[in-house]
Amino acid sequence: MLSRSSISIASLAIAALIAGCSSGTKLNEAPVSNAGAGAGGTGGSASGVAPVTIDPNAQTREGPVGVARIVYFDFDSYTIKPEFQSLIDGHARFLKANPSRRISIEGHTDDRGGREYNLALGQKRSEAVRRALTLLGVSDAQIEAVSFGKEKPAVQGTGEDAWAQNRRAEIVYR
Amino acid sequence: MDETSRPDLSVWRQRTADSLVAGSVTRLADGRYDVRFRLWDVVRGQDLGGQSYTVPQADLRLASHRIADYVYEKLTGDKGIFSTRIAYITKAGGRYTLWVADADGENAQAALASPEPIISPVWSPNGGQLAYVSFESRKPVVYVHSVANGQRRLVANFKGSNSAPAWSPDGNTLAVTLSRDGGSQLYSIPATGGEPRRLTQSSAIDTEPTYSADGSTIYFTSDRGGSPQIYKMGASGGAPARVTFSGSYNISPSVSPDGRWLAYISRVGGAFKLHVMELASGTVTALTDTSADESPSFAPNSKLIVYATQLQGREALMTTTLDGKIKARLAGKAGDIREPDWGPFQKQ
Repeated sequence: MLSRSSISIASLAIAALIAGCSSGTKLNEAPVSNAGAGAGGTGGSASGVAPVTIDPNAQTREGPVGVARIVYFDFDSYTIKPEFQSLIDGHARFLKANPSRRISIEGHTDDRGGREYNLALGQKRSEAVRRALTLLGVSDAQIEAVSFGKEKPAVQGTGEDAWAQNRRAEIVYR
Repeated sequence: MDETSRPDLSVWRQRTADSLVAGSVTRLADGRYDVRFRLWDVVRGQDLGGQSYTVPQADLRLASHRIADYVYEKLTGDKGIFSTRIAYITKAGGRYTLWVADADGENAQAALASPEPIISPVWSPNGGQLAYVSFESRKPVVYVHSVANGQRRLVANFKGSNSAPAWSPDGNTLAVTLSRDGGSQLYSIPATGGEPRRLTQSSAIDTEPTYSADGSTIYFTSDRGGSPQIYKMGASGGAPARVTFSGSYNISPSVSPDGRWLAYISRVGGAFKLHVMELASGTVTALTDTSADESPSFAPNSKLIVYATQLQGREALMTTTLDGKIKARLAGKAGDIREPDWGPFQKQ
């Protein structure tokens, strides 16, 4: 049972509608002003909105947030040490959840030794990281393992401090 | 005194000269130069002949190289290498340049400049092209590059790394190191690009291929025995045989064109040192007292080796005779200088 006051409000609303009708403005032609979404719009620039489409190729080349990207290696070694397993896990999870994302793994050596042999040693490092990822279920098609050998050191100089920072594999999202 | 003089050789004998060259350079009306010389054997008092060249000014240096070749050949019986070219790479201010220079390092002209590394340049057998590895696309790939017109073709860009190009002596094939099937293995591809044919089958690193001059054999670096050593195999693949046995780290093979010598780098007590092996006997000789030697390459007359090393902390190119007794530092462009390759004899 409607209360007296709601009947009054309803009456007012109906009266307003009827009043609107009688002023000559048809309801279905009521102008939509300040409503945004103005394709073709009203010409009023304050209301314009430019459409933006996300280009999948321009997607920022980020991987998993908060996961480190560089695995470091001991001298003459391409074994992944246990302390880097969580890094591997983090990237594996991300790549499996995002099967359209691809990475390059870039292997590096320190500056001791021949250039081509070091290129091949760096390749062993990047392939070790690739293998660790594919063992966790990442598709091989998402990964390219390459090497820079000793050509792109992270740190210049001689001595174990510099060498240790250069013996690495870097994960780069494409 | 010029090429028409009859010198008093007794004077030169007193000065303990074995030989004498005399000549002249005359500017012609058309702007070219007429260059003439005569070579004398002072000891025997004999005229060893001479040559004349008419050259534009830009080729005066080349004319003097040809005179040096003539003198060298008359006096030693071996072909001279003074008219040949070398390629090398410099790194300066974060930029890498591939240079083509006279064999003495002078007259360098840039063939390629890049913000990313270039390594392993190798001359084609006819001296018209260089193959090299470039990192310009953020992975190593192999180009073949025509020196005269700068046209280049990407011949190896397979999945993974592509490196260590080597020309077969007929110029039709490149041996390369590819990681497309995992690891670093040797393949051959047509020099114009095309499908690779796998040459080695190991789970080790096989790299740095180089052909013997008769094209029958490929020498290469492999650590299939546990540490890097030099091996050889038939040019179509087949069971490799180990070549180096002393030392635990032997890399970067280069075979002399006459087939008698193998130059390579051996790590001795932490130092990287140029060695040469007489292939018939297996006798090995260390040639240098520097400790960062790299990238040896034989001259086309098999009498000299060019290599990169460090002198007083800066990279430098050196040549040495095969007995290590005569060494020369090459002039070169500024910056760290490395990766030399000695070009072939060129037709005149």
